Amino acid sequence: MTNQTVSLPNEPLANKKRFPGVSRWRRRLDGYLFVLPYFLVMLAFGIGPGLYALLISFADFTTGLPKYFGAGFSNYLAVFKDFRFVFTIANIGKFLLISVPLGIAMVVILAILLQMRPGPLPTALRTLYFVSGAVTGPVLVLVLIFMLDPSISPFKALLQGMGFKLTNDVIYPGSLPYLFTIMGFFAGAGLWIAIQYGALEAIPTDVMEAATIDGANAWQKVIFIKFPLIRPYIIYQFILIFAGNVQLFVEPQILAGGNNLGVGGNVPAVWSPNQLAYNFAFERGNFGAASALSLILLAIGLGAAYLIIRWTGFFKIEN
Amino acid sequence: MATIDTSHPAARSPFMKRWGRFWMRTVGDQGILGFGLRWAVLLLFAVYFFVPVLWLILATSKSAPQLLELNPLAFGSFQRIVEAWQRIIEYQKGEVLHWALNSVRYAVWALALSLTISIPAGYILAVARFPGRRLLLWLTLITMLLPPSALVLPMFMELNLVHLINTAWAVILPSAFFPFGTYLTYIYYASSLPPDLLDAARVDGCSEVQLFWHIAVPLASPLLGLLAFINFTTNWNNFFGPYVLLNNNKLFNLPVGIQQFVAATSALRPGFNPSPGVMVGYQQAEAALFGLIMVVPVAIVFLIAQRYVIGGAFTGSIKG
Repeated sequence: MTNQTVSLPNEPLANKKRFPGVSRWRRRLDGYLFVLPYFLVMLAFGIGPGLYALLISFADFTTGLPKYFGAGFSNYLAVFKDFRFVFTIANIGKFLLISVPLGIAMVVILAILLQMRPGPLPTALRTLYFVSGAVTGPVLVLVLIFMLDPSISPFKALLQGMGFKLTNDVIYPGSLPYLFTIMGFFAGAGLWIAIQYGALEAIPTDVMEAATIDGANAWQKVIFIKFPLIRPYIIYQFILIFAGNVQLFVEPQILAGGNNLGVGGNVPAVWSPNQLAYNFAFERGNFGAASALSLILLAIGLGAAYLIIRWTGFFKIEN
Repeated sequence: MATIDTSHPAARSPFMKRWGRFWMRTVGDQGILGFGLRWAVLLLFAVYFFVPVLWLILATSKSAPQLLELNPLAFGSFQRIVEAWQRIIEYQKGEVLHWALNSVRYAVWALALSLTISIPAGYILAVARFPGRRLLLWLTLITMLLPPSALVLPMFMELNLVHLINTAWAVILPSAFFPFGTYLTYIYYASSLPPDLLDAARVDGCSEVQLFWHIAVPLASPLLGLLAFINFTTNWNNFFGPYVLLNNNKLFNLPVGIQQFVAATSALRPGFNPSPGVMVGYQQAEAALFGLIMVVPVAIVFLIAQRYVIGGAFTGSIKG
């Protein structure tokens, strides 16, 4: 608050209201009314199901009907003992190790290269990168299958040059983390490039002018000024990409899904932890193990986010 | 810019000066190497992002043999596009039209519900202080990270309890919860709305509702654009929810529909002996055209929304 004095002509401040017109408790009530609908949907579709999942993870489902607290930690043990648990965790770990650093580095590099010297061509390219993000989900899997078919792909010269003859030569268990990385980058990079581009544009011009006067060249400006200033956005991107990629489901599910795809036999039916949870729940009816695995995944995601937030001092908007 | 400090370059050693000049002419941004490298990277990624989209568009015009024989980026015939369109429309007596309509319905409902709920909440979290506020912020962050597989099963049971499984509401109601929107709104107002402005209006006797409606909302047009964009694309592409919560083909949206279509027909492998139960006669052009039906509306939204993403609601916090 500023120290200005507000003089109200001929009005005794007897009732000591901070602001005239609307009472204080009315304001507080208004405040709660603003968050009430949000709180209700959060309860119904966020916190509620989350807590229920916690309950289910300790429930016994062997008779078909849930026996709450009947299972102890046996659902968690069942998850850890399942041979696919280590397999799917290793898969997702490899995918994250490749996709997260590579994705962030390439997004930042492309945003900086585009924004370095504005002009009609960089603007057109930025739009091109961005609009490609419209191809996503099942359609993206479809496109990828076409792109990786050495007989019809527009990149067939490249694929055939590398010695691939059939789709199955390109899509096999060992190549999946890379393929999902290529897919994820295709669908998501344009949006993040636009966000980082916006962040670069928001750097005050006097800062850049000062750097020019001090004799910094374009690359020095990138390394010593632009990069540190867009750091919060990079962290933000890191958290969201990590959270999104941990949950990989659609791509491996569709890729493994049909013998009509021509790749069914080469892609394991359960590749990611999320698929394993789905498999526990809807193919084996073991809802307890499915919930246990989902909560393990949540713990991993929260742990990672917490570490990042602590290390980087992000979310300090209020101070 | 009155005085320019020129002492730095002069103070450098001759070696550094020469090295600096060499750097500028080659790798530096003015140099041929820097220029070449920059454009090589940018154009390489243009190919990566654009060629698959171009191929998808052109594939709708080619028959299965043409896809093998013609240049991958050649055009087939308009007649083939019309044929592909007819085959898709005839599939299961026009089921695709149901799916498209469902997609629109789910996305529009989700958009309306989630924005009317999350924007006031994010606003009040930013401008007011009340008991429980920090808890709500933390819960918002945590729920943003909840894996859908953790929620989908309890949600299934919950919706089953109120008899909403296999209805459109099973998809629409959960999407009303949009923690990302609340969080972004909170960041936006916390970093860009001066508290003095609100206090001034309070002195004038505005209620909180009037403050929100007459001051906060008009200031938020870039934020609204960005949230509408993110929300619409997320829900348009929603696969996991409908895949698990709906059991009736008539209620599917396009993402689940396309998966169903590809699995049930010969569209991706027209030349091979089909597995039992697979509908034959469908070619890749049908699958490609189906994909485009799903992609084109989003592409238009992307084009409109680009300026909101760049001009951004994100950028308020850069000074902080």
